[in-house]
Amino acid sequence: MTARARLAVFLAAAAVIAAFFTAACTDLPPFGTDSHPYGERAVAAALDRRTANVVSAVNFDIRAFDTLGEESILFGTVLGATLLLRRARDERHRRAEADRVMPTTRLFGALLLPVTLVVGVYIVAHGQLSPGGGFQGGVVLATALHLAYVAADYRALKKLRPLAVLDVADSLAAASYSLIGLAGMIAGGAFLKNVLPLGTFNTVTSGGTVPVLNAAVGVEVACGLIALLAHFLDQAVELTDPDQQRYGDT
Amino acid sequence: MNQWLIGVAVAFVVLAATTAVLTRDPARQAVVLSVLGLSLAVVFAVLQAPDVALSQLAVGTALTPLLILLTVRKVTRRPTRSDDRASDGDRAGTGDDGREQK
Amino acid sequence: MGTWVFLAAGWVLLIALYGLVTSRNLIHAIGCLAVAQSSTYLLLLAVGYRRDATAPIYSDLTPGTRPVVDPVVQALALTDVVVGATVTALLLALTIQLRKRHHTVDPQALTGLKG
Repeated sequence: MTARARLAVFLAAAAVIAAFFTAACTDLPPFGTDSHPYGERAVAAALDRRTANVVSAVNFDIRAFDTLGEESILFGTVLGATLLLRRARDERHRRAEADRVMPTTRLFGALLLPVTLVVGVYIVAHGQLSPGGGFQGGVVLATALHLAYVAADYRALKKLRPLAVLDVADSLAAASYSLIGLAGMIAGGAFLKNVLPLGTFNTVTSGGTVPVLNAAVGVEVACGLIALLAHFLDQAVELTDPDQQRYGDT
Repeated sequence: MNQWLIGVAVAFVVLAATTAVLTRDPARQAVVLSVLGLSLAVVFAVLQAPDVALSQLAVGTALTPLLILLTVRKVTRRPTRSDDRASDGDRAGTGDDGREQK
Repeated sequence: MGTWVFLAAGWVLLIALYGLVTSRNLIHAIGCLAVAQSSTYLLLLAVGYRRDATAPIYSDLTPGTRPVVDPVVQALALTDVVVGATVTALLLALTIQLRKRHHTVDPQALTGLKG
């Protein structure tokens, strides 16, 4: 198909989509409506389980099974990317060279790295109370570690990042989500049932299984994303292809 | 007041999204995507969704653009077969450019 | 306000699809896919918004004193933001492999399956 024909087909399809989408939008409840039946039930259920952050309660308690699917997708994509980006037989490994960094950048990174790591752990641990949780905190933890690359060089980052340990931790965290679910089935009769004591409202220990699942997802997201970025960085920084040997790197 | 805030933020998202799509060079697009991620985080915050805003802030402004830039670096480092970018590839291939696209 | 926030989400989706269809670079196409994903978050959160309501977080709010926005759609968008990023990463990894094996990132130059 030529580019022009493709564009024509797309424009026709887009016109149809736009027409039906607009028609559907006019039939939706208006923007800012007061009627949110599911939202109100979710809020009531979350308060019943003494979880202050209703979004976390929906994710890790009311709809915890859905989150199991999401984190399985995450695990699967990390696995797939690891497989795709492994070192091929014809690729050369080139050791990253030490880089010189401005002292201000080094100071900035050295100061910010521990602070950001603590913030990440805080966000994971307080997911049931304040905005945050395993997904957000995990991303913060994963990106925080890469401040080492900004502040120093790739070798420093590699020292901070034991990939084998992270891979095992990733798998264990992914498995522990299912195990917590099975524990709920044994103790309470339903998969991922919230069986732990609910604690006092608005304290770190409230919410039953919500903080535990949050921690599992936090570890999984952090380890998975660090591993993912590690493979991309390896590809971009360290691995060279046979063609490149021929043309460029001599 | 709040309605106006939402309106401005959504308009900015539409603008950023359109610019991101029409920016054909992936390296430049990554920067626009980062702006889009930031503006989406602002929209989520004014729509009273701090959880999603936090997530979007970390992922949209840092992670996705970083991954795209790393891929661009990996993919364009080698000269293409047509040799029209051979000089570019040579320069990039000589090693000490570890932080040009960071 | 009317429905124009929903329509804005629709516009973002359509312009991203336009970029996908006309793209000559797979990395650019993946960027467009990320834009298309973000349109769904915009639509979901717009559907869940409630006028003069606050965030559904009760750590500093007495239950029942103020209306809150819909937390269910927020939970849907929240997990997808992170999972969507890893899916983007998987697609980028496929692009790197494609570049290695076929020496192109132009989808229109990929003519057929090669062994």
